Amino acid sequence: MTARYSVGDKVRVRRADPPGHVRTPTFIRDHAGTVTKVVGSFANPEELAYGRPGTPKQTLYWVQFPQTELWPDYQGGLKDTSVVDVYESWLDSAEEGA
Amino acid sequence: MRRHHDMGGQDAGPVDPAEHNHAPWEKRVDAIMRLVGDEKRQLLRVDELRRGIEELGPGVYDELNYYERWISSITNILIEKGVISIDELGRRMEDVKARWEASP
Amino acid sequence: MGSEHGHDHEHDHGDWPYPHPKQPDLEDGPLTHHMAMTEAVAELLIDKGIFSADEFRRQLELMDSKSPAEGARMVARAWADPDFKAHMLEDVNAAAKEMDIDAGGIPIMAVENTPDVHNVIVCTLCSCYPRNLIGLPPDWYKSRAYRSRMVREPRAVLAEFGTVLPDDVEIRVHDSTADLRYLVIPRRPEGTEGMDEEALTALVTRDSLIGVTHLKTE
Repeated sequence: MTARYSVGDKVRVRRADPPGHVRTPTFIRDHAGTVTKVVGSFANPEELAYGRPGTPKQTLYWVQFPQTELWPDYQGGLKDTSVVDVYESWLDSAEEGA
Repeated sequence: MRRHHDMGGQDAGPVDPAEHNHAPWEKRVDAIMRLVGDEKRQLLRVDELRRGIEELGPGVYDELNYYERWISSITNILIEKGVISIDELGRRMEDVKARWEASP
Repeated sequence: MGSEHGHDHEHDHGDWPYPHPKQPDLEDGPLTHHMAMTEAVAELLIDKGIFSADEFRRQLELMDSKSPAEGARMVARAWADPDFKAHMLEDVNAAAKEMDIDAGGIPIMAVENTPDVHNVIVCTLCSCYPRNLIGLPPDWYKSRAYRSRMVREPRAVLAEFGTVLPDDVEIRVHDSTADLRYLVIPRRPEGTEGMDEEALTALVTRDSLIGVTHLKTE
């Protein structure tokens, strides 16, 4: 399986609010971050949760977000970040001109 | 809308550092889950367990403690899958209670 | 087998706890609805041959054998041996095997604290935790307060654990959402240069492996 994004790519977590079982927390949706690791491919939990096989597999990434991007009123160091495991289907490119 | 279990960033009070040792029944819930979800059996995925916990709804989620949520979800899914029936479960729970009452 | 009617046959359920003398510290309350459900489900699964009483007992023993000591041993080895640390950062599960520790099948990622970066672990959606390496999570790790606040105000939560870091250190919060578990490699305390691995292991606390504390230099 080919990963769509590489380390260093700017990505934005898709804005979506479906019912059902998802593993993309709300606090990162519609926020931009940077891919810091391409972890590998995993059966899709949105399918596994309903007893299905979870295919096709999804590439999983580490996406790092500056805390100041997630929380405009963030109190703390400007370097502080959150790193979240995000599946590819939740990511759009946020590169300039993308 | 944000679902109840999806709580990153919500307001909450201070973290209570108190800890308790796991009670035997809590460890048994854990062991049931590990066994029905292992490679050999694959009766119940952890993803299904999580979905079942989320579907308990906000009221129950907060009312029940951690392993009560687990056994509720595990049991619901085993019933859905036809592994255990409601009839036999109801009878066996009464049986367990009777044995408890009879114990010293 | 024989589960439809009140069964008076002798159960063969291994170290069955009910009936048993109630354990005052752990079970001094009544038998709750969920406790009865747990026992009934376990009995039915054993009766149906889904798993045996023996497998059930072994699973309980396996769980009891997991403790932060295993994670602590790995961290001490990583401090003492740069090659091992590199291996651990590459693949914790394989590095554990090298030490005869079974870290289970779920990939565990080690994240290393440095003078510039302090890592801390949370699972905002449920309670993912590297249990195969360091045992069951403490209550606070599963609490609403910890799960809600760690991603938004990590410095305030860390301060509640007595951990205060300068603003120029990056606090890096890892939200363990799905298929990975995390283990922090805390910084090796100063003044421990002469210590052997066993002495180093004794310094490593569970909380430092989650990242809510760092290890004191005194």
